[in-house]
Amino acid sequence: MTGSPSAFDPSAFDPSAAAAEATTAILRDTLHGTDRGVVVDSPPGAGKSTLVVNTALELAAAGRPLMVVAQTNAQVDDLVLRLAEKNPDLPVGRLHSSDADAYDKALDELPQVRTSSKAGDLAGLDVVLSTAAKWAHVKDVEPWQHAIVDEAYQMRSDALLAVAGLFERALFVGDPGQLDPFSIVGSEQWAGLSYDPSASAVSTLLAHNPHLPQHRLPVSWRLPASAAPLISEAFYPFTKFRSGTSHGDRALSFGVTGDGSAHDRVLDEAAVSGWGLLELPARHTPRTDPEAVRALAQVVRRLLDRGGVTVSERSPDPAPLTADRIAVGTAHRDQAAAVRTALAELGVQGVTVDTANRLQGREYDVTVVLHPLSGRPDATAFHLETGRLCVLASRHRHACIVVCRAGVAELLDEHPSTEPVQLGVTVKFPDGWDANHTVLSHLGEHRVSCHP
Amino acid sequence: MSLISTLARLEAVQSGRAQPTATVRHRRLSERPLVFVPLTTAGEAGAPLGALVGTDRERPRLLVVPQPRDRELRFAFLAELAEELLPYVESFAGETQAETRNETDPETGKKVKVEVELCVDAPQLIVPSRAGVEFVRLLGRSMRFRRTAEQDPDTPYPAPPRVPLLGRWLTHFGERAHVPGSAQLLAMTELLGRHWATGQSSLEDQHLGALLAWIDPPDGSSGAQAAFEAELGRDKEGQLLCPPAGPATDPAFDNRLLAPAIERFDRARTALQAAEDGLDADDRLGELSAAQREIASLIESRTRPTWDAVWRGIDLLRTLPEAPRSAERWTRDLWSYTGHRDRVLAGEPPQPRRDDAVTAARKLQRREEAQARLEAQEALDDPLVMAGRRLTGEAFTGEVTDAVMAYSEDKRPRPRPLITVCTQDQPHLGAGAKVYRSLQGKPQSAEFVGYDDEGGVVLRILDKMGRGKEPDEGSVPAKGDRLCWTLFEHDARGGAKLPDAEQTPWTHGGPPGEPTAEQPDPLTSEDVL
Repeated sequence: MTGSPSAFDPSAFDPSAAAAEATTAILRDTLHGTDRGVVVDSPPGAGKSTLVVNTALELAAAGRPLMVVAQTNAQVDDLVLRLAEKNPDLPVGRLHSSDADAYDKALDELPQVRTSSKAGDLAGLDVVLSTAAKWAHVKDVEPWQHAIVDEAYQMRSDALLAVAGLFERALFVGDPGQLDPFSIVGSEQWAGLSYDPSASAVSTLLAHNPHLPQHRLPVSWRLPASAAPLISEAFYPFTKFRSGTSHGDRALSFGVTGDGSAHDRVLDEAAVSGWGLLELPARHTPRTDPEAVRALAQVVRRLLDRGGVTVSERSPDPAPLTADRIAVGTAHRDQAAAVRTALAELGVQGVTVDTANRLQGREYDVTVVLHPLSGRPDATAFHLETGRLCVLASRHRHACIVVCRAGVAELLDEHPSTEPVQLGVTVKFPDGWDANHTVLSHLGEHRVSCHP
Repeated sequence: MSLISTLARLEAVQSGRAQPTATVRHRRLSERPLVFVPLTTAGEAGAPLGALVGTDRERPRLLVVPQPRDRELRFAFLAELAEELLPYVESFAGETQAETRNETDPETGKKVKVEVELCVDAPQLIVPSRAGVEFVRLLGRSMRFRRTAEQDPDTPYPAPPRVPLLGRWLTHFGERAHVPGSAQLLAMTELLGRHWATGQSSLEDQHLGALLAWIDPPDGSSGAQAAFEAELGRDKEGQLLCPPAGPATDPAFDNRLLAPAIERFDRARTALQAAEDGLDADDRLGELSAAQREIASLIESRTRPTWDAVWRGIDLLRTLPEAPRSAERWTRDLWSYTGHRDRVLAGEPPQPRRDDAVTAARKLQRREEAQARLEAQEALDDPLVMAGRRLTGEAFTGEVTDAVMAYSEDKRPRPRPLITVCTQDQPHLGAGAKVYRSLQGKPQSAEFVGYDDEGGVVLRILDKMGRGKEPDEGSVPAKGDRLCWTLFEHDARGGAKLPDAEQTPWTHGGPPGEPTAEQPDPLTSEDVL
């Protein structure tokens, strides 16, 4: 995996110029291209939402009616708020389900945003946004000239099938390294078909339309210089990206000196290097490993107690590291629940605790992660999934601390990937096994052993 | 594996007997199931070797292919199988009841009520293991595109008359087996595995003999010991005492018993063809039928133990009362059976080789709905299953310690009573989470408000209280009631509306075009059979 050296020569690389060049090409293909679709691959924190908002504004300015398809209500609301912030005069429609609390009540404050559960009420507005699930129920309407499909790699092929009749042309934006969509029943029956309903929307789209222009955003603005090379190497080995900032641009420091405990030492390590591995003794544990959960909670507690301060390119003044800038990530929901309980017992409030699936697309200053393979006797496809580790290890602007039982490397060696090979299915590189080893060997350099 | 099933397996190890993981039977068992124990030839995908089949446990029909590589003999086997299976499958087609169904009128686009027939009962096939289900699907796949001499006089190898039809039905059963909760084609190992946890791994549970040994060990033996013997015990000739449930056979049987017997059959057949006169031919015919009888008795000796094991499994399952909601799922099987009956009667072509984009998406959606429905229904039917959900924080049981009347702030205030539930469970309730309970078979929903000072769960009841200002009698829980609330919905929501196949969008390759008649697989130089 050798990239062209000149392209990665730090002195010759101007991140802003590279990003702007990519954006210009995307807008050109979207606004003036002849193809019905344009695909944009975006690594973590590469300004995907900004691209979606800017493209939406350009299309609206060109007088082309636009529908935006996102995957969750939170994503839709976020896009509406960003659009409103960028252009307060643009008439925007928010199509929502008929459930109570179907959308963020903050939208009601915005005069230019019309909300409705019926697509007919929103006809004629420049931009209409909703979730894929809601769009799938819209029928008997004039098709939109243009659509933007956000998080297209997390959308299932069958969800695209349900909404693709609503638009003429579309821009598909997403992160190929995050979690693939899944189905709760077996779908081997359709493996290898170009329109396998359980595959991602983009893989079906490209299987049927291989000539579509494909772009990628080359710069991650979120990931610090300490993280971008590892994430790029481990999860995007063929489409490398760079950090938009250099090593000196960001700093994390603490007002209170460490007390010498393992938790404080791992925080100090992470503050200096951007990574920290808090390693508990090897042991097979239930999913909600009480020691690991307690360790996670204590790391967060110390993170807040020690008066963390962050410096970044966003502002000249140091900013205090507050609870809302910290997230804890786990693989399973019961683990997240156990961490929430443990945090509450330590009196910590306001820290986000969620699974990888729900942390997709979110950004924090510091993340504390329970390694998906920690304490497990086996390495199943679920726990090995590349996207899961990628999401967990790429949410932070400053530092990421991983809590893990020792012995994961041996576990990986005992469980080589054994998924059956399906004819006609493109093999995904890198596989989870490989990516896990890459990340683990890097984390090993920032290891602090903990003996509770 | 959930915590409760891990616990059950640990208890099974400790006690030496499988532990129940269900208190009711979660699948319909037909009064008259058809048991099918097929065997396949090693190294020849989809080449049947023989089968025991029938509805009478005392008198199964034995079908044998003495030389599995002989196309004629294979067709003869399939024709016999059709003779045995099709009358059973079709015997349910005649008795129907009238049902009304909502359909969209193709001309006006309006919903109209249509009276349709629904068969009152449906066939049920039981095979020993998951591999048997797959073999049924494969047999269906290999037969449904075959042509009979009547359909196509020029076909080089015409199939016996009823074979393509059997292929269509077996394909239907194979597809149906992918639908969670369906009981049209069942694998005995999966049925038993759903209701009992053994002290071995789920991989080992795929051995029907070992699984039964754990559930019902012989007197004086522990489940582990009996399972060990079932898996590995061999007689003096080195043959397994408990032959594998198939369709694959034991290599020791193939090498030492079956291969020599097939060779004798081949020799006898060659000798018969070379016979010089009638008297000579009579002798050699006698040798041939002796060789054939030998193979038949070998096949019977390997299938009969499995046949008996499947019926023993049925006996064990019948000791459990049927779960109330399994009837609803069986009705879906009835609809599916009736639908396929109608397609066959209407002369529609066999199921296509591959689903088109819309059909594949629709099937996946329906199966996901069925899975969600099945998980909810099993929990609602069975306190032991619900206990597993409670342990994972997806449900909670507790006593109502307080009930306060409250109203919504609408123009017409609606009842929104607040109740407090004291529970020992630890549900994962987030802000505003919805919870459900079963009220006369219908789900009543409530919203999580918060915890009170003593840790009681405060809920706001949202619906099923009637239209008036005062809630209907019995619709609001009272102090002292013991209730079970779930965080999951009790019924699956219908999925997205998919376009018609002719409207397949450009992202999915456009409309599939006119269906062309499916041809059987072409013969290639690699086809040596």
